[in-house]
Order: sequence, then structure tokens, then C-alpha cells
Amino acid sequence: MYLYTYDGSFEGLLTVVFEAFERKAWPTAIEQEHQAQPLLIGETIAVTTDEQKAGRVWRGLQQRLSEEATQSLFHTYLWEHTGFEMLFFEYVRLVFVSAGNVEGNYTASCVLQVQQISKQVHREKHRMEAFVRFQKTADGLFYATVSPDFNVLPLIIRHFEKRYADQRWAIYDTKRHYGALYDLNATSLVSLEASALPPKQQGILAPDTLDEEEKRYQQLWQVYFDHVNIPERKNPKLHLRHIPKRYWKYLSEKQPRFLSN
Amino acid sequence: MDSRITEKLSILADAAKYDVSCSSSGGKRKNENKGLGNAEGMGICHSYTEDGRCVSLLKILLTNFCIYDCAYCVTRKSNDIKRTAFTVQEVVDLTINFYRRNYIEGLFLSSGIFKNSDYTMERLVRIAKKLRQEHKFNGYIHLKTIPGASEELIQEAGLYADRLSVNIELPSEQSLQQLAPEKNYTEILQPMGAISNQLILAKEEQKLFKSAPAFAPAGQSTQLIVGASAEKDYQILQLSNQLYKGYSLKRVYYSGYVPVSADNRLPIITEPPIIRENRIYQADWLMRFYGFKYNEIADEQHPDLDLEIDPKLSWALRNRHFFPVEINTADYEMILRVPGIGVKSAKKIVSARKFAPLQFDHLRQMGVVLKRAKYFITCQTKSLQRQDYDSELLRRKILFGEGSVRSALLTQQLDLFRQAG
Ligand code: SF4
Repeated sequence: MYLYTYDGSFEGLLTVVFEAFERKAWPTAIEQEHQAQPLLIGETIAVTTDEQKAGRVWRGLQQRLSEEATQSLFHTYLWEHTGFEMLFFEYVRLVFVSAGNVEGNYTASCVLQVQQISKQVHREKHRMEAFVRFQKTADGLFYATVSPDFNVLPLIIRHFEKRYADQRWAIYDTKRHYGALYDLNATSLVSLEASALPPKQQGILAPDTLDEEEKRYQQLWQVYFDHVNIPERKNPKLHLRHIPKRYWKYLSEKQPRFLSN
Repeated sequence: MDSRITEKLSILADAAKYDVSCSSSGGKRKNENKGLGNAEGMGICHSYTEDGRCVSLLKILLTNFCIYDCAYCVTRKSNDIKRTAFTVQEVVDLTINFYRRNYIEGLFLSSGIFKNSDYTMERLVRIAKKLRQEHKFNGYIHLKTIPGASEELIQEAGLYADRLSVNIELPSEQSLQQLAPEKNYTEILQPMGAISNQLILAKEEQKLFKSAPAFAPAGQSTQLIVGASAEKDYQILQLSNQLYKGYSLKRVYYSGYVPVSADNRLPIITEPPIIRENRIYQADWLMRFYGFKYNEIADEQHPDLDLEIDPKLSWALRNRHFFPVEINTADYEMILRVPGIGVKSAKKIVSARKFAPLQFDHLRQMGVVLKRAKYFITCQTKSLQRQDYDSELLRRKILFGEGSVRSALLTQQLDLFRQAG
């Protein structure tokens, strides 16, 4: 019985893989340091993240897998649900012990699961790209908050960099307390002091911090949304399937209508 | 900005919504000038209307003044409605500001005919040009060409737009004459042909010179109205087939006629033919992605699509001699033809069977839906179901046999409907 602990980073998880292969001691569990319960029987191995070791594992995977499959593995890490580390490990182990390419082998349950998880994560990524709504602040920053089901912020940055190359923007994950800030040249990850965020923040900025035209455009967007609808074709079920209620908080068209015209 | 904009937006979005296309996919415009926007690849639906359609573009008319009187159109001259028009600058501002807030992928601009065709078309082109040149806008632009506009203007439009469309409007020339007396097929097909030629030309030039100007890189599309005239589905599919082949269209959109007027040239209907429209989209899908020929889906003996079951199942029931299909050995093309198996499942099957002979459990784990497929397949010669039911019985079993089947069919329809958006 071997319990591996690591610091929760992706590089850390790859280092765990390296150490396990090095020792030929296959983990029975992999846990993050601050959550791990000491084992009563068996050995606990505390792994220190090592970028070089992590890099070797990652390059090894890249040689044996398509880009799509390595992405799926990264998605499994971002999925964050209990047990993702062991699933990650099983897949990687299968890759390194098999002679051929394993990624289309859906008869192996870890391959199938990773593929399914990747699909979920990808879907959430896509939803964030679609449903993020920026509000323009008085100093010209376009600001949005998100709280995605999975940790997809790292996956959406490229998309927004390409799209909004000429405007300053920030997207903040209120669940995981970090965000991405683009300053016209590069994007950096930022973390605000918890106290700097208004409580229960749902992406609503105080009116006095907004650009003077901001409300106007939100209102126009609501007007547009109401008028593209064809009442004769109303189909609430289909509507909800496309935008489940938990995403409504992002959408200005789903907020109460402004009173004034 | 004042409250007049709000009113204009209400009226001109309302008038544009019956053009069903809201697709922003197929674009190739990259943000290489550090400008605003990027229209590479798949378009995004930023919202969905309460009728479940994708909202991807700011879809508006420039004006709802019109000198024509097409019976099926709210904007027709004889209709007693409020008329208004945007200025060029107003459309530009709305587009840019919606885009910056991530509401939209771009603009879909169409218009009633104000004064004359060229006068109107010239303004559409000016808006697109301004967006591209003054605002370095790389988002998606779809321009609808105005019937009768000059070839020069259409050509210029193609330099700024990602997609151009010329609506064929109705499935036959005869119907067009009855319902849109100012229009005719020659005038519609001529610009469609010109755009098609330009597209081919521009592609060839780009092969030679990388810097050659792009022409409507997302191609051209068209729309026709279903249910405002008497054509059979067979005729509609035949026409679509010709349009796809002859004019290399990216998409043909079908718009179930929404009763917008009591014009006496039109049939009296109270509800748009939504199911029929969905079936036609499914058939269109089968032609484009499943290798079906239009006359396999409908023909003179079966001129209308079955409203109760989807066209693929309908084909399978008429062609039982191709089944059962053995999952482990059949060609990919044949697996695609199994009712209930889509492109993704078919690909997974073909990939997984290289590693191990597949059994039904494998299929289930991979997420292949067997409810309908089980009547048409074997796995290592085993089958889950008797395969010798006659087609009528099978049809009834699938429709009514298991309670959930009907809703599964419905869900699938709706999926197709969404993809059609
Ligand atoms: S020309 Fe176009 S806008 Fe004018 S009535 Fe006909 S369909 Fe409607």
C-alpha cells in the first residue's frame, strides 16, 4: 500500500508519476498534502514537485500520444473531482506499459473515462467562452466573473487573448479565487485579497465603478434578446437544455428588465 | 445614444428574426492586426432564444422600408407596420459594443429594399467596410445580398463579409411568381452563380499568392421557406441537392413558414410546421454528412418525409435487406446508416474494434444508444433482438414499444434543430 501526497499542482502530479515509476511502487492512493489522512498500514510517500522530472514525464506522454490525448489528460487534472489523480495515473501507466498507442482503446475503462471527462471539461470551457459577459468599467477595463463547475480558466485564456487583443480585460473565478488579467501585451494570473471582493459577488459591479454607457448597452442587449424571439415557436424545454439555470447568473439578458426605456 | 435606438433595435430585430440562419461558423479571419475579434473556426452561440434557437450574431435589418410586396414577409410594402432605418454609424456602434462585451460573434445584416437595390446594397457594404477598415474588426460578418444589386457591389461585399447569402425564398419558380411577383429565379440564381465563381477564383488565387484578397471565406448560404407553398419534401431536397452541387453552397436553411400575415395568396395555417422543418433538416444532414443521396431519402413514391420517425430510420425500414449490420466488420459508411448511431459513435466503434472484438457491453460503455440500433445490428453475430420483425411491426415497436423511445426521438430532433441554427 502506497499513498503518494503532492502539492496539488499539475507538475506535482506528474512528479508523482515519475517517482512511482522510479520506485516501481504503484500508488493505491494519491492525495493533496493538506487533505491527506495518514495511513495506518502501508507507506506514505511525500513527493516534492520537481519541474525536470515532471517535464520528462510530460514529454514522454507527448511522444506516445496525440495532442488531443495529452489535452484530455490535462482536462482530467482540471476536472478536480475525487479520484482524478488515480484515474490520471492509471491512464499514464497504461500508456507507458503498452507497446502501441492506447488512446482509441475504449475497451479499457480508464481510457473511456478520461475521454468522457475531457468531454465534460471541454463543454464547460465552451460554455464559459460563450456565456462570459464583460462589463466596461470607468477606467476602460472589461471585467467578468465566472464560477465554473471545473477549473477551466486556464483553458479559456487563449480564446479571449485572440479575440480581445485591443482591449484590457479580466476574468475572475470567484469559486477558486484567482483570475486572468490581460493588459494589451500579455495575460497574467492574479489573485485578489478575499476582502477586496464584495461578498457573494456574482459579477455585478457597483454602478459608480462602471463606464457611463455600460448600463445602456446591457439594456440594448436585453431589448435585442426579447425581440429575436419568435413566440409562435416557444420551446422552454429546449431553451433550458441549452442554458441550464445555473448559467443564468452570467447573462445580462436573463436579469430583470431595466425599468426605464 | 437616445431612446430612438431602442425603438429601432426593437423593430429591426423583430423584422430580421424570420431569417433563421444565425450561424457564425466556417470563418477563417484571424486577429492578426491586433484589432478586435477573431472569426476562426466554429462559431459560438452566446445565448438561446426562448424558442431554443442559437443567438450568435446581431441579426438586424438596416431598414424595414421596402418597395417589394412578398406575401410571406412582414416587411412587405402592403403591410401596415411602423417603418424605421438605422444609420450606418448606429449599426457599427451596436456591433462593436456588443462584440466587446462578448454578447455576439458578429453581425448578420440584411435589409428591406429602400429606394432601389443598389442604394440599399451600397449601405450594407459601407457598414462592413467601416467595421473592417476603421475598427479593425475581425469578427464575423454575414451580409445578405439585396435582390437585383449590381455585380460590382456584390463583389465588393465579398471582400469584407465572411459569408454572403442570396435567398432562394421558395422551392419553385411557380410559387415565387405567385407569392413574390417582383422576384424570379433567374435574378436569384445569377448572383448566386457569380458569388460561387468568385469563391472559386479567390481560392485559386490564394493558392498562388498568399496575399490575394479573401472573398467571403465562410462561403455562401441560402434560405427557403417551407410550408408557404405546395411543394413536396422530395422537390425541396432535390432543389437543395442542386444548390449544394451546382453553387457549392455551404448551407441551405429551411424556415418553417410562420404565419405573419393574412395575405390571401397564402395558405391558412395557424402554427409554423416545426416538425416538418426538423425532418427536412435531418434529411439535409443525411445528405451532407451521412453519404445519403437525396433520392434515397425521398422519391416520387415517398414524396413526403415521415413526420413520426426520422428519415434515417425511415430509410432503414424501407431497406431491410441491408441489415443486420455486423459492428465488428461492416464498413464505416454502413455503420453510419444504422438508425440511432451518429457520426461520433460510428467513429468510436471503428477505432475501438481495432483493439478488441466488440460486444454489446462495449457499445453501451462507449455511450452508443442501442434503443433503435439493436434492431439493426449484430456484435460477433449475436443480436439483442429478433431481427425478423416485419418493417411495420418494427416501426410500431420503436414508436410505441418502449415508453422512452418517443422522447428520445424528440430529443434527437431538437438536437438537429439546434445544429441547424
Ligand atoms: S424584398 Fe425582402 S424585405 Fe422586401 S418584401 Fe420581399 S422578402 Fe420582404
